[in-house]
Amino acid sequence: MDGWEWLIVAIKCVVILLIFLGAPLILVLVERWTLGRLQSRIGPNRVGWSGTLQTAADGLKLGIKEDLIPRGADKLVFWFGPVFLVVPALAAWAIVPVGPEVSLGRDIGLWAVDLNVGILFFLAMGSLGVYGVVMSGWSSNSKYAHFGALRASAQVISYELIMGLAVLAVILYAGSLSLIDIVEQQRGLWFIVPQFVGFLLFVIAGVAETNRVPFDLPEAESEIVAGFHVEYSGMRFAMFFIAEYANIILISAIITTLFLGGWLGWTIPGMEGLTGIVWFALKTGAFISMFLLLRAALPRLRYDQLMSFCWKFLMPIGIINVLLAAGLRMAWS
Amino acid sequence: MPSWIAVVILIALALLFTIGSFVGTMVLKPRRKDPVKGEAYESGMPPIGDTRGRHNVRFYIVAMLFLIFDVELAFLYPWVVLYSNLDEQLFLFIEALVFIGILGVGYVYAWRKGALDWKN
Repeated sequence: MDGWEWLIVAIKCVVILLIFLGAPLILVLVERWTLGRLQSRIGPNRVGWSGTLQTAADGLKLGIKEDLIPRGADKLVFWFGPVFLVVPALAAWAIVPVGPEVSLGRDIGLWAVDLNVGILFFLAMGSLGVYGVVMSGWSSNSKYAHFGALRASAQVISYELIMGLAVLAVILYAGSLSLIDIVEQQRGLWFIVPQFVGFLLFVIAGVAETNRVPFDLPEAESEIVAGFHVEYSGMRFAMFFIAEYANIILISAIITTLFLGGWLGWTIPGMEGLTGIVWFALKTGAFISMFLLLRAALPRLRYDQLMSFCWKFLMPIGIINVLLAAGLRMAWS
Repeated sequence: MPSWIAVVILIALALLFTIGSFVGTMVLKPRRKDPVKGEAYESGMPPIGDTRGRHNVRFYIVAMLFLIFDVELAFLYPWVVLYSNLDEQLFLFIEALVFIGILGVGYVYAWRKGALDWKN
C-alpha cells in the first residue's frame, strides 16, 4: 500500500464516523416528528427552525449532565458497557458498499473494505453487540437493568440464528460472502424475488436484533422502565441512543444490499457512482421508514410469544427455506 | 487478500470517540454527591434484597440451544459457498440433508421435551 491508499482508507473511515454520528441526530428528530404526527401531536417544534435543532440540543444537554454510577455497581464494567456497544456498531459499517467502483484519478470503491468474509463479519459484529447490553445491564446492580439484560441476550441470540439462516439462502444464490459480489450477482434479478421468504425472515430478525417495536421487550417502558440502560445518565446514556439508531441504519443498509440490489438501479452513463449512492440511500431510507412506522403501528409482543415465534415458527421455516433453495438450484442447473 | 486496516481504523475511531467523550464530560459535568442519587432505581422505593439472585432457568436453556444451532450454522456457511461453486451438487446436497436431518432429530427431541416452551 502506498501513501495515497492509506489516505483514501483514512478518509473513508472518517466519513463513516461522521455519518455514524450525524445520522442518528437526524433520525431521532424524524422519528419524533413522525410519531408526533401519527399520534395527533405536534412533536418537537421549538429549538431551532421548527424543531430542527432539537436532538443537537438534547445531545449537548446530555453532555453536560452529571453521569451517576449507582452504589454497588461494578464500576469498570459499568464504564465500559456502552463502549462495547458502540465499537461493533461502527466497525460493521466497514463492509457496507454504498456505491460501485468510481474512478477519480484512480479506482476507488465506495466501501471501506471488501472483505472476503463480508457478511460473516457483519453477523459477528452483531453478536458482539450483545456483550455491551449484558455488561451494562449486569453491572448496574438494578433489578430492572438486570431483567432487561437477560431478556435482551436471550432475544438477540435467538433471532441471530434466524438472521444467519436467511443469509445462508442468499449466499446460495450469490456464491460468495463478499457484499460487493452479492450486489454484482443481483444485476439480473434482485434476490428479493427468489428469496422472498428469506427477505421476510431477515427483516423480522433485523427488527428483533435492534430491539425495536414490536420486539422491544428488553427496554419495555411499561414493564421494566428502560431495561438495561435504566441506570445510565449523561453522555453514557447518549451512547445507547447512538448505537441503537446506528444499528437501525446498518440493518436497513444490509437488507438493501442482500435483497434489493444495493446500489443497482437505472443510471445515467458516466454518473454510476452518484446514481448508485442515490439508489442506495433511497432503498435504505425506505427500510428506515419502515422501522419508524412499525413503532407507531404495532403493540409489544409477550415474552413467551416472542420466544416461541422464533424457535417454533421461524426456525423450521428458515431451515426448510435453505434446503428448498439448494434443491431448486440443483434442479435448475 | 482484503485489507483489514479499515476495520482497525474504525475500531480505533470508535474507541477514541466513546472514551474521549466520557473523559471530556468528566471535566464538564457537575459533581454533587448524595447518598440518594447513588441508589439503584426501583420505582422510587429503597431497593429490596439482592439484585443478582436466582432467575428463570429458561434463559440458560435458550443459551444452550443457541450454542448448538449456531455451531450448526457455522458449519453450513462453508457448505453453502462450496455448493454454489462446485459441480458435484447432488453429493453435497445429500450430505447437507444428512447433517440437517441429525440436527432435526435433536430439534424434535428438544421440542418434545418442552425446551422450546416458555410457559410451563
